Amino acid sequence: MAMKYLKSTAFYVLVVFIVVQALFPFYYAIITSFKSGSHIFEITYLPNDFSLQNYKDVLFKGNGTFIRNFWNSIVIATSTVVLSLFIAVTASYALSRVRFRGRSLMLMTILAVSMFPQIAVLAGLFELIKGLGIYNTPYALIFAYTIFTLPFTVWVLTTFMRDLPIEIEEAAIVDGATPWVIIRRVFLPLMWPALVTTGLLAFIAAWNEFLFALTFTSSMDTRTVPVGISMLSGNSEHEIPWGMIMAASVIVTLPLIALVLIFQRKIISGLTAGGVKG
Amino acid sequence: MANLVLKNVKKSFGSVNVIKGVDLEIKSGEFMVFVGPSGCGKSTLLRLIAGLEDITSGTLSFDGQVVNALAPSRRGIAMVFQSYALYPHMTVYENMAFGMQLSGGSKDDIKTRVEKAAALLQITPYLERLPKQLSGGQRQRVAIGRAIVRDPKVFLFDEPLSNLDAALRVATRLEIAKLHHSMNSVTMVYVTHDQVEAMTLADRICVLRDGLVEQVGTPLELYENPTNIFVAGFIGSPKMNFLEGKFAESYKAHTIGVRSEHMEFVKKGGWQGSVIHAEKMGSDTYSFVDVGSAEPIIIRETGTSRHDVNAKVSVAPMDGKVHRFAADGKAI
Ligand SMILES: Nc1ncnc2c1ncn2[C@@H]1O[C@H](COP(=O)(O)OP(=O)(O)OP(=O)(O)O)[C@@H](O)[C@H]1O
Ligand SMILES: [Mg+2]
Repeated sequence: MAMKYLKSTAFYVLVVFIVVQALFPFYYAIITSFKSGSHIFEITYLPNDFSLQNYKDVLFKGNGTFIRNFWNSIVIATSTVVLSLFIAVTASYALSRVRFRGRSLMLMTILAVSMFPQIAVLAGLFELIKGLGIYNTPYALIFAYTIFTLPFTVWVLTTFMRDLPIEIEEAAIVDGATPWVIIRRVFLPLMWPALVTTGLLAFIAAWNEFLFALTFTSSMDTRTVPVGISMLSGNSEHEIPWGMIMAASVIVTLPLIALVLIFQRKIISGLTAGGVKG
Repeated sequence: MANLVLKNVKKSFGSVNVIKGVDLEIKSGEFMVFVGPSGCGKSTLLRLIAGLEDITSGTLSFDGQVVNALAPSRRGIAMVFQSYALYPHMTVYENMAFGMQLSGGSKDDIKTRVEKAAALLQITPYLERLPKQLSGGQRQRVAIGRAIVRDPKVFLFDEPLSNLDAALRVATRLEIAKLHHSMNSVTMVYVTHDQVEAMTLADRICVLRDGLVEQVGTPLELYENPTNIFVAGFIGSPKMNFLEGKFAESYKAHTIGVRSEHMEFVKKGGWQGSVIHAEKMGSDTYSFVDVGSAEPIIIRETGTSRHDVNAKVSVAPMDGKVHRFAADGKAI
């Protein structure tokens, strides 16, 4: 009995620990973002000030640069997700359903690509982007992010598609469906959970990415939000505008939270139930 | 409406030969059943006809036209799968309409056809439901309905009943038999390893073993005149009694086979033995008699048996009911 009590206590202690260590930084960012003036440098764990000054500064001080960056981030992350999912869905159909020579080698290569550290491919990718003439445009980042999210999305969707019953596809073939119709009208509706999950992760990856964004853009109005935040400047050269940085971080996190809340309802398992026996 | 001809059809997966040269004609409007033990290539042969697998060599023709390279949807076939294979995210109506939508049928046309098929199979009340809201038997009826809507020239079934429980299997079997009668111009090819299904549904049965056709004929032909031991043993339940050695010698054969209903208890002569077990089914009794052969002989009597377990009895085959086989298994 005592043992059982101890175990469940230990379990909840662990849960609390994990929750705190995951949420505390964000909580601290939120309360700091509402502090103004010298309050910022007081260490407090409870809100002791409520001022929207930081938010006003971030949004309006730099002639709308932040809003511009924010918009860039949305466009780039969304395009990355759409492009990456489109390529991944078609690729995973081939990789999971079409028998061809070198299929597993190809799958392994795709996985291997995702192991390269970003910094290792930075120079090569830079040349490529210069060569394509898309340096300092949103296309540069969409291009780079798509490449970097593809291994993951292809891998996950291939695994998922492989588990879809083959008979359903064959029934569609007999019904006269082309591969494209099979993907669009039969597989896609069954793949919602996987699409939502991979799409969200791809979005978050593109949204938070810093190194490529810093390297492949050079002007204020093509930058994305992570770089934009790092370049926020205070009143003097030596002042780090913590309040504004925190406010910007909170604003930047909101779309992610919104996305997760919207799509969590879509993540329903058991969509294939009833189609085939067993 | 289609006459199917298979000429020396072969199929191999890599280096494994699965179908080793099948010659077969399936007549227009015929109900042909493929039976055989598990792994003999029934499904593969059906899938070759459907076009879901490529034929390695040989030709397959529908009404004289070679269709080896024709896509499944162009062959005028419809297929019912063992696992139903319904589209899980579509309602019953959408499931049945999908094929026609793809081929560009008009909305009204589709509606009429789907409703007609649904009425035929008594699934009209479920048209708006998803497959997961149906029972196994209803799902299989939807799958059959989807096939009907395509208005095929050839119906292909791959063990459509094997996921259903016994009572439902009998009911759905009747459904399929009725379907065949009502669409008597449609050729049907049906795969099963249940020989009761084969016997009850088929116009003709094709017995397969190991990628080769053993015998093709009407159920009664196969039952009465099997051309070899394999077919003799495969068709009929309980299995035909086989006897070798001294039992067969007097018939000048390597092996003799006698069906259980062609054995009888005799007062004198015959083979002596003792009853080791009796299965009393009510309408029939199956007595297992050990006469010293490799396996006990099964004897069928109508009604209840007069012989108790352990009783000493004499049994003999009825005149003219003995099947004789040579050492290579061929009927003599
Ligand atoms: N795609 C494939 N690749 C390799 N071998 C295969 C493939 N499909 C089937 N086979 C082999 O072909 C043989 C025949 O398979 P098939 O499915 O036609 O058997 P079946 O007669 O339908 O058996 P069952 O009654 O168990 O369904 C089997 O030995 C199987 O292992
Ligand atoms: Mg099979």
